[in-house]
Amino acid sequence: MKGKVIGKEQLAGWLDNLREEYDVWAPVKGNGLVSFHPINSASEIYFGFLNTRKTPKDLFFPQSEVLFSFRRGEMEKDRDTLLEKPRIIFAIRPCDAQNLALLDKVFDSEDYQDPYYVERRKGTLLFGMACTHPQTTCFCTSMRAGPFEKTCLDLLIVDLGNDRYFVEAVTEQGKDAIGKNNLLEDAGEKDTERLAKTKKEAEEKIKSKIVIEGLEEKLDKIFDSSLWDRVHQRCLGCAICTYLCSTCHCFALLDEKVDSGGQRIRSWDSCMFPGFTLEASGHNPRISNKERMRQRVMHKFNYFVKNFGQTACVGCGRCIRNCPVNIDIREIIQEIDNE
Amino acid sequence: MNDLYRPKPVTIRKIVIENEAKDIKTFELVFLDREDRERFKFTCGQFAMLSVLESGESPIGIASSPLDDEYLQFTVKRYPTGVLTTALHNLEEGTQIGVRGPYGNFYPLEAMEGKNVLIVGGGFAFTTLRSTIRYLLHEKNRSRFKDITVLYGARSPGELIYKSQLKEWEERDDISMYVTVDKGDENWKGRVGLVPNVLKEVAPSSKNSIALVCGPPIMLKYTMVPLLDLGFSPQTIVTSLERRMSCGIGKCGRCNISSRYVCKDGPVFTYAELRELPEGAL
Repeated sequence: MKGKVIGKEQLAGWLDNLREEYDVWAPVKGNGLVSFHPINSASEIYFGFLNTRKTPKDLFFPQSEVLFSFRRGEMEKDRDTLLEKPRIIFAIRPCDAQNLALLDKVFDSEDYQDPYYVERRKGTLLFGMACTHPQTTCFCTSMRAGPFEKTCLDLLIVDLGNDRYFVEAVTEQGKDAIGKNNLLEDAGEKDTERLAKTKKEAEEKIKSKIVIEGLEEKLDKIFDSSLWDRVHQRCLGCAICTYLCSTCHCFALLDEKVDSGGQRIRSWDSCMFPGFTLEASGHNPRISNKERMRQRVMHKFNYFVKNFGQTACVGCGRCIRNCPVNIDIREIIQEIDNE
Repeated sequence: MNDLYRPKPVTIRKIVIENEAKDIKTFELVFLDREDRERFKFTCGQFAMLSVLESGESPIGIASSPLDDEYLQFTVKRYPTGVLTTALHNLEEGTQIGVRGPYGNFYPLEAMEGKNVLIVGGGFAFTTLRSTIRYLLHEKNRSRFKDITVLYGARSPGELIYKSQLKEWEERDDISMYVTVDKGDENWKGRVGLVPNVLKEVAPSSKNSIALVCGPPIMLKYTMVPLLDLGFSPQTIVTSLERRMSCGIGKCGRCNISSRYVCKDGPVFTYAELRELPEGAL
């Protein structure tokens, strides 16, 4: 598919056109954090971000959401719809978009389709912003992807480092979004050259490598290894690695009382918490940080692979950047490889 | 929007206190909407999420037979720290609660046809086995199975559950019942002995047989030895596991043992399957 280009000054006009039909969500800076919010003007967008602290998975699978309310013992009616308008998520990073392919396997599986996730997913277009400034903690290129990965995207947008963005439609819907206005023009030879150069430079910036080939088989053999006694030692069990993880999908269903009624809510939960598997009898199959750390690593690099044929990690590096005691999943994988 | 996580309303029609400690009760539930019962198609060994608004949900094995089509029964042990089990135990007959399911796989009823069936249960882990026995003994089904042998044990006579049902079965001649307690009392005239030991004494034939075994982990562990000694192969020993669950449909990510989800790939596993899993995960 031939690419398009748009001048940076024209971008606002393009997004304004799109906002007639869509709610446009984009990275916005506030309270010292960059996160995705619905925007009313392109001027609200913060382009200087490397990646958001929190993953945009919560736009599909919110950290906490009400499944239904009840009052005096009776359940109230469901919401009819979750999205008032179709959405565009503008400038999602390729790793976070690729992650949705993994979440799809869990929430949109053949046997049970999670209606909340599926409706949001189907009602959303993803406009990716290629990563031209990967961080030292990024390792997407080791996860069969890269800073220009197109999986799950409808459009891939690339900052060419001059006054232009390169725009490539990945899906038919993405093509439509381009086609609806005349602000985008066909890319010229110089643009394509610049694109190739930008891509190469970005990929070269990603220095960390982990080897996932053979990792699943390796993990099969080391369930009882003393490695697990070592790697959890520093862990505080704070669970930030799972809360900020792109791929973590574990949740709890809980009831919350409010006034004369209550709500059944779904909340993110974490395998790093002891209560996650604690049974009413007092029995806990994952009794210490050791078992819980093993579960986290195994789930991503072994169990998920067995169940869905893919590794449940996109190499976004959030778990590394945000761990208060500097636990680095890359080092753990290296240690596993050394076993 | 969709009822994937929405329980169906049921009324508690009857509550039976099962044991002396009064912490095990059987709840007989009737769907408010008859169609919900028809849609609730289950097989022996499956479970459902019981739901009490404000207290949440818990996975509980179905204790009634699929052929008991008027109602569902669930036998629930109350734990002091169990929010849902405590809430349930505080309810009275006539109260409305919710049921979500059925979930999980089931005992290999088809593979059991034409075979002898040995059923071994311990403590209150006798609920889905009771569902199975009721199903096997049903007049429509009994002729399809050969000898049915049931060995059921509890710590003390007061802790045996389904007492009137046990008596009924003991009076039948198409099922061999062996009820035992770890420790008797002055009124107990029955068998005394641990389940694995009684199993050795009874020594049911493993020829053309399938064994269904449920009980506390320690009982399971020590029952496997005599079963294997009797010639049961790991493929013909079937058990059911429990784990904390939230969704029941393989999404919330907590009940896995290795890559297998107890809610979806289980709760029923053969001993052969369990032996494939790392022991530390069990």
